[in-house]
Amino acid sequence: MAKISLIVNGNPVTGNVDPRTLLVQFLRENLRLTGTHVGCDTSQCGACVVHLDGKAVKSCTTLAVMADGHEVKTIEGLAADGAPLHPMQEAFREHHGLQCGFCTPGMIMTAIDIVHRKGHELDDHTIREELEGNLCRCTGYQNIVASIAAGAKAMAKSDLA
Amino acid sequence: MYEFKYHRPGTVRQAANLLVKNEDAKLVAGGHTLIPVMKQRLASPPHLVDLSHIEGLNTIEMKGRSLVIGATAKHAEVATSAIVGEAIPALANLASQIGDPAVRHKGTIGGSLANNDPTADYPAAVLALGATIVTNKRRLKAEEYFQGLFTTALEADEIITKVMFPLPKKAAYIKFRNQASRYALVGVFVARRPSDVRVAVTGAGSDGVFRVEAFEEALKKRFASKVLDGIEVPAEGLNSDIHGSAEYRAHLIGVLTRRALDAANAKE
Repeated sequence: MAKISLIVNGNPVTGNVDPRTLLVQFLRENLRLTGTHVGCDTSQCGACVVHLDGKAVKSCTTLAVMADGHEVKTIEGLAADGAPLHPMQEAFREHHGLQCGFCTPGMIMTAIDIVHRKGHELDDHTIREELEGNLCRCTGYQNIVASIAAGAKAMAKSDLA
Repeated sequence: MYEFKYHRPGTVRQAANLLVKNEDAKLVAGGHTLIPVMKQRLASPPHLVDLSHIEGLNTIEMKGRSLVIGATAKHAEVATSAIVGEAIPALANLASQIGDPAVRHKGTIGGSLANNDPTADYPAAVLALGATIVTNKRRLKAEEYFQGLFTTALEADEIITKVMFPLPKKAAYIKFRNQASRYALVGVFVARRPSDVRVAVTGAGSDGVFRVEAFEEALKKRFASKVLDGIEVPAEGLNSDIHGSAEYRAHLIGVLTRRALDAANAKE
């Protein structure tokens, strides 16, 4: 077993994990943060995307021990319980950017990463290119793209990063 | 995934010692090749040595007339580095096409080269640009480094520390992607170097990355797609699978080489 300590959604957490534990397993099973999903489990679909030190990564292809000493943000960390949603979450709600919702946490974490890297004015082409590591099997992407464009703009006016 | 012991060395020397001490230990940095393979139980190293916390191993800098990229530099760092963009834009462009954004935040140049996947992108750049692979023990020329499918000249306790790219006069990389995996069905890197011209192909060869000497010979006279008229790439020795036949890949090599030449020449 390996002792790890990291910051998750702003809070210091510790764990005693088997080194083969994936970051997504640690988040879901040890910390009970079940918003991060396992879709394909082969780093293709993006349902497991979280931010590691502020950058979008696939938590199904990251070992929990490798995140020791680092900072992780999950979908649960975007807005406090009971507080208004993060502008990107709100944009997905407003623009019907989801149907079954399974891919949504990964979509939103990726979307916020896109805004961090590419700014608040995103054209459709950029969004579609940047979403190549996130698969949705319901929506056909149209409303996801619309949500991200709107969410990116809304983030410019928000205190939530 | 089978059980393993995890090690996090602080220096390359410590990492090398761990490799000597622990038989069948594997290095991991981004983990985007090794972890999937371990999940499928195709690899089961008893020890993992994590290079990702060794300081200074991801430095990107110019040294004389060479671009030097540290082994743990991530694809996203190479893709967005102003130094790479200035020195060898074709290399930054190549890195920007690997996997997807989240993969590029983790995967490293050293990992890609150590694995030498026959469909990986970096091997084409390293071979075409005539780069030197620097390890904790020695310097390896690209030609001696790549030794076939998933096979390199690296010894069991040898660690890539950096890759030195001599600056080309012109270069470009064009990749025809497998839409699902984003790996290269065929990728062609052309480089006009001060002394010669190189055309390196990834994705197509059943023995990994290779050079197309017939093209190189013709391009020495003039670095333009027109001189390739009438030169065919034989399908012999190329991969044939559900994604494309050997003949199709041979055809793609010709098409992509021409596109790469046009792209390299357009940058003037």
